[in-house]
Amino acid sequence: MIAIEVQYFAVLREQAGRSRESLETTAATAADLYGELQARHGLDISRDSLRVAINEEFSEWSHPLSPGDRVVFIPPMAGG
Amino acid sequence: MSPFCFSDEPLKVDEYRLQVVDSAAGGYAAFEGWVRNHNEGRVVERLEYEAYEELAVKEGARIIAEAMERFGIIKAACVHRRGLLEIGDLAVWVGVSSAHRDEAFAACRYVIDEVKHRVPIWKKEHYVDGDSGWVNCERCAEGAHRHTHARAHEK
Repeated sequence: MIAIEVQYFAVLREQAGRSRESLETTAATAADLYGELQARHGLDISRDSLRVAINEEFSEWSHPLSPGDRVVFIPPMAGG
Repeated sequence: MSPFCFSDEPLKVDEYRLQVVDSAAGGYAAFEGWVRNHNEGRVVERLEYEAYEELAVKEGARIIAEAMERFGIIKAACVHRRGLLEIGDLAVWVGVSSAHRDEAFAACRYVIDEVKHRVPIWKKEHYVDGDSGWVNCERCAEGAHRHTHARAHEK
């Protein structure tokens, strides 16, 4: 198990009912972690619609997680 | 001030444009994004912007640096609003100064286009009928017609 920080924004913040959480996970990658959190919080947003950031940089879904990583799942952007 | 930043207060264009003033510049092009009263056939009452600030300011600064490099402009900056906005409010400002106008217009266009697609900012529309929705996320749910949404995979 490793300790991870997750922040939620926009539609995911509303669905998760929180802005952030600290959790212990066995997920090996960002993709695994999203699957775990989808089940835990009932997130119905498809992973295909999202991007992921680890430690304040865009990352790959296959990126291995390390203890203390800060993970953010990014819904379709709509600035401007 | 960093080249890309957020404001929780109404945007003050007269202040921001001073950031791009330069004695080598022959002109300045700016873009202002305003909150309009309709989107995709629905009547919009107000908007809410939310951002992942730590990543947004990094990505925004990269976009400004790319514009400097590509177009050979003198200075560029962008400020985006956060929070609750009413119809007619200023949502985003982009300003570019350069020796000649062509580069200023082109760089200004580049910055706003890239900001829309690459900077983690989200917009929630509140409609006059009481409904609301996150823009560009209408079909993000599992099992939705993922590939019919023209912009779902646009990066």
